Amino acid sequence: MGLLAFFRRSQPTANVAKERLRIIVAQERTARGGPDYLPTLRRELMEVIRKYINVDPEAVQINLEKEDGHEVLEFSVALPEKGKA
Amino acid sequence: MTEIIVVTSGKGGVGKTTTSASVACGLARRGKRVAVIDFDIGLRNLDLIMGCERRVVYDFVNVIQGDCTLKQALIKDKRLETLFVLAASQTRDKDALSMEGVRKVFDELIADGFEYIICDSPAGIEKGAHLAMYYADRAIVVVNPEVSSVRDSDRILGLLSSKTQRAEKGEEKVKEHLLLTRYSPRRVATGEMMSVGDVKEILGLDVIGVIPESPDVLSASNAGTPVILNEQSDVSRAYEDAVGRLLGDTLPLRFLEEPKKGFLARMFGG
Ligand SMILES: Nc1ncnc2c1ncn2[C@@H]1O[C@H](COP(=O)(O)OP(=O)(O)OP(=O)(O)O)[C@@H](O)[C@H]1O
Ligand SMILES: [Mg+2]
Repeated sequence: MGLLAFFRRSQPTANVAKERLRIIVAQERTARGGPDYLPTLRRELMEVIRKYINVDPEAVQINLEKEDGHEVLEFSVALPEKGKA
Repeated sequence: MTEIIVVTSGKGGVGKTTTSASVACGLARRGKRVAVIDFDIGLRNLDLIMGCERRVVYDFVNVIQGDCTLKQALIKDKRLETLFVLAASQTRDKDALSMEGVRKVFDELIADGFEYIICDSPAGIEKGAHLAMYYADRAIVVVNPEVSSVRDSDRILGLLSSKTQRAEKGEEKVKEHLLLTRYSPRRVATGEMMSVGDVKEILGLDVIGVIPESPDVLSASNAGTPVILNEQSDVSRAYEDAVGRLLGDTLPLRFLEEPKKGFLARMFGG
């Protein structure tokens, strides 16, 4: 740690906190409102994907959205950058 | 009409008891008949914050188990005519409180003409917290601008919308309010702390109050005088505003900016 960083007592981390919360709260709300199998589904999907691609659990998002009358289960995987997988 | 208000948070130590005591006092100061109840079985603390710890003879569990009447257990506040405290039991038996027991006490308070019942919830999402919120008409969700507190409060919101009587019976949902406390405008200004806007956006709740971080809270608990009664303090003014909003006043949020210090205060760090 540089001397300057040492004397600067604390870092502006509020925006990091907010972003992390935005994601985790959305994810937990989905799990809460949705069917009980969601966490298991997420785990099992992750296992399948990881047979082929080396992704971080963080890269796998499940979203349950209500769209006029019907529900949409949205599933997204952020692929690792080339060369890093 | 009696309104049952739960003060809850999920996470421990965020300011529920401080808030329960001050909100109860604030309502009583406006002439409302108020009972404030400690639901933290085994960890009684509200009595200390209210300054009536030496007057506790009977507690909540005693009433439920029929060891005494509700009248005998209600401690009348020495400062405010219309304010009464019901202490938590120090028993280690967490099952001493029951849904029916709580209902019985509430019904008696309602019949007795109490206008507000304030329930100081224990931390966590277990039985005690569930019982404290079950019959609520409104919830004050106490949050610190800090990640774990915000996340836990969202879990509490989930329980409020599924595990309360109103939810189970499909009645109008519990009114939820956000009370952000231990707020440090200076740290918000430097980007070290999430702002009230940030927290509001994440949780999607209406803000009933923002209470600044202040050493006055410790002095108040030392003295056994709820901090709202210390009129010199910004914390008191902030709680007064919150009580006003609870009663339907539209008031702008105050104390969101660092107080401007005078020259002398700046020189001597006052
Ligand atoms: N605005 C504030 N400024 C500074 N300190 C505060 C403030 N509000 C609360 N505190 C302090 O935080 C601590 C916890 O407060 P309190 O007992 O009200 O929390 P709680 O949520 O009831 O805790 P528990 O979950 O254990 O019941 C106390 O030491 C109190 O003095
Ligand atoms: Mg408490």
